[in-house]
Amino acid sequence: MQRKKIHPHKYSLWIAMGSITMMFIGFTSAYVVKRSQANWLAFELPHIFWLSTAVILLSSVTIHLALKQFKERNMQRYKQLITLTAFLGVVFAVCQWLGFSQMKSEGLPLSGPVSASFIYVIVGVHILHVLGGVVALLVMFFRAYRTRVRSYSAVPIEVAATYWHFVDILWIYLLVFLSIAR
Amino acid sequence: MSNEATLHSQQEVMHGAGAHDHHDHEHHDSFISKYVFSMDHKMIAKQFLITGIIWAIIGAFFSVLFRLQLGYPDATFPWLESILGHWAKGGRITPEAYYALVTMHGTILVFFVLTAGLSGTFSNLLIPLQVGARDMASPFMNCLSYWFFFLASMVMMASLFVQTGPASGGWTMYPPLSALGDASIGSKIGVDLWLTSMALFVVSQLLGGLNYISTILNMRTKGMSMTKMPLTIWSFFFTAVLGVLSFPVLLSGFILLLMDRHAGTSFYLSDIFIAGKALANEGGSAILYQHLFWFLGHPEVYIIILPAMGMVSEVLAISSRKPIFGYLAMIGSLFAICILAFLVWAHHMFVTGLNPFLGAFFVLLTLLIAVPSAIKVFNWITTIWKGNIRFTPASLFSIGFVSTFISGGLTGIWLGNSSIDIHLHDTYFVIAHFHIVMGVSAFFGMFAGIYHWFPKMYGRFMNNTLGYIHFWVTLIGAYLIFWPMHYEGMAGMPRRYFDYSTWASFNQFEGLNQFISFVVILVFATQLLFVFNFFYSIFKGRKMTTQNPWKATSLEWTTPIHAGHGNWPGEIPEVHRWAYDYSKDGRDFIPQTEPLGPNESAH
Repeated sequence: MQRKKIHPHKYSLWIAMGSITMMFIGFTSAYVVKRSQANWLAFELPHIFWLSTAVILLSSVTIHLALKQFKERNMQRYKQLITLTAFLGVVFAVCQWLGFSQMKSEGLPLSGPVSASFIYVIVGVHILHVLGGVVALLVMFFRAYRTRVRSYSAVPIEVAATYWHFVDILWIYLLVFLSIAR
Repeated sequence: MSNEATLHSQQEVMHGAGAHDHHDHEHHDSFISKYVFSMDHKMIAKQFLITGIIWAIIGAFFSVLFRLQLGYPDATFPWLESILGHWAKGGRITPEAYYALVTMHGTILVFFVLTAGLSGTFSNLLIPLQVGARDMASPFMNCLSYWFFFLASMVMMASLFVQTGPASGGWTMYPPLSALGDASIGSKIGVDLWLTSMALFVVSQLLGGLNYISTILNMRTKGMSMTKMPLTIWSFFFTAVLGVLSFPVLLSGFILLLMDRHAGTSFYLSDIFIAGKALANEGGSAILYQHLFWFLGHPEVYIIILPAMGMVSEVLAISSRKPIFGYLAMIGSLFAICILAFLVWAHHMFVTGLNPFLGAFFVLLTLLIAVPSAIKVFNWITTIWKGNIRFTPASLFSIGFVSTFISGGLTGIWLGNSSIDIHLHDTYFVIAHFHIVMGVSAFFGMFAGIYHWFPKMYGRFMNNTLGYIHFWVTLIGAYLIFWPMHYEGMAGMPRRYFDYSTWASFNQFEGLNQFISFVVILVFATQLLFVFNFFYSIFKGRKMTTQNPWKATSLEWTTPIHAGHGNWPGEIPEVHRWAYDYSKDGRDFIPQTEPLGPNESAH
């Protein structure tokens, strides 16, 4: 009789997500501390952030479908869906970047008021985490083309999908946080 | 058999991580895959240890250099100019060099030696061996963890050789000194390299920590329930949890600092004048950095001391041939220390203008740490009480650990009181306190671990006579160095000063400072003796002839003397009892692999 164990890689991922969460808790609590001090300039977030939110939510749906297709061994659909997910990830990053240039044109550059600098840093570090996910998906994509070694284990794609949902939820948290605590 | 399933799943894991194709037996590894980019946890442990030893020599040598200045402020040492060049013109260390040396001494010892060198070495070596696993959850990530540490080491090492010198604003890297390149010569590229190196270091720690946690939780052999694990594993587990939760916060603090340095932001900067010119930065708060730093910084001291505690518990039980006293209390107190570690960071900031009302809470929580610490001390003493003690170097160092942990811990109660701290903060009292309680103690734990598990690492023993000399000189020397500093601190002598000779009230300490510096040199020389013993014994030490030289119960001693990658040639043994069945039912020790007898009760 064997205990049903969670795969060690998935376990490591959960701990890693806890760790990343701590990093953003560090940022957001620094934000809260700073906000309670004098000279805090409040402004509205760029509207394009709402579009990017829609994009990343959609990408969560596509990676979920990709996982499903992988388990049913529809490799063609699987490849299409992870490509689409990675593409949406890049679109998300571009949208965030456009948001940055919008802020800049409104007189809120990185070196401007602290409230604006925080947005750049927090959103910027989040973009890096999304792009990390894109790189992971690219690796999965090329793995799917390997003919010499064929992998039937769903663990890697499950790990990638969980991470992808995580950066999605992380963004929702950041968006809500940054909208409320202005 | 169910072990088959575990075995199989582990092989799959190793396979997935890009290891070799078959893992049942040792096969022809190239030099590169065996000694350099090794995925064997035992080799990675040795890599961490030897890198740590090299760093320890450098870091300790730096302390010898600045102690020369403190003990003999008027003397000149021409040989200094030949190694430090313009940093020691005329044989006297310049103030800039002094600050650089102090900063690097702290950084190197705290992070590179006592974090990476200590928990990196022993978590890697002991976790798979003592829980009964073939390797870490992800050997590849483990390998990556070492190489990130190596990269961090290289960057930090490079910073020692740049023209403007390494970072020199203190190991805590407080802004504004660290945030403005124009603030001092040691705030230029040295700080950028420092931050880069530390970012790589954090990545290394996270990769390692993830692995330690998931290995302990997932890959224990059959029968090894959490409460059958040796205390070493518990301490590595809590260490990893602390690291995984606190290092990312430090990283976010560093990212903001880097932005302040290069992107013109004002997270930490406000109303600053340099050379009479006002800077544009406004709205920042230097205290914010301190909060972020000490949110890591305090757990960090437990990251340093917990592995030492675990190894000492293990060595004391083995060398006194008695079960550890209060096994569950030991785990409970480790857990309590972990929780409290996150709730006391502001006791480093009592004099920053912290609200005294808030300070009262931090005082209370800080003093609460005395409770689990006292439980641990009590249990160590009762473990060796009336034991049939074998005074090996490892057990002597463990007993020394208990001694320094008590004497250094007691002064913590003084410093934890915000009112006494107003007088004592930033004096030599603080230096004495943390060097004894986390510097010397952690080193003693590390030495105990090295002497004890050296046979497991290299199949040979270290020389005992040199070990005894090493122990006695280090123990007596450590007290001779740090005990007098308490008095200097109580007299108000501030730390981090280059020269006290113009300060009339501290002239009385002139002789004392010379004495301390003299002992430092002696103790440093003794550590070189240890290093010699270590490397000599790797090649020429007495050979190990039995698998279990210390007659210990835990699993690592059931592996062959020279265990290959995978640790056990056959199946992983099954565990039936806890790791502390010493002197039970008239038997000296009962290995964990032995089933309970018909009339025997578990511990």
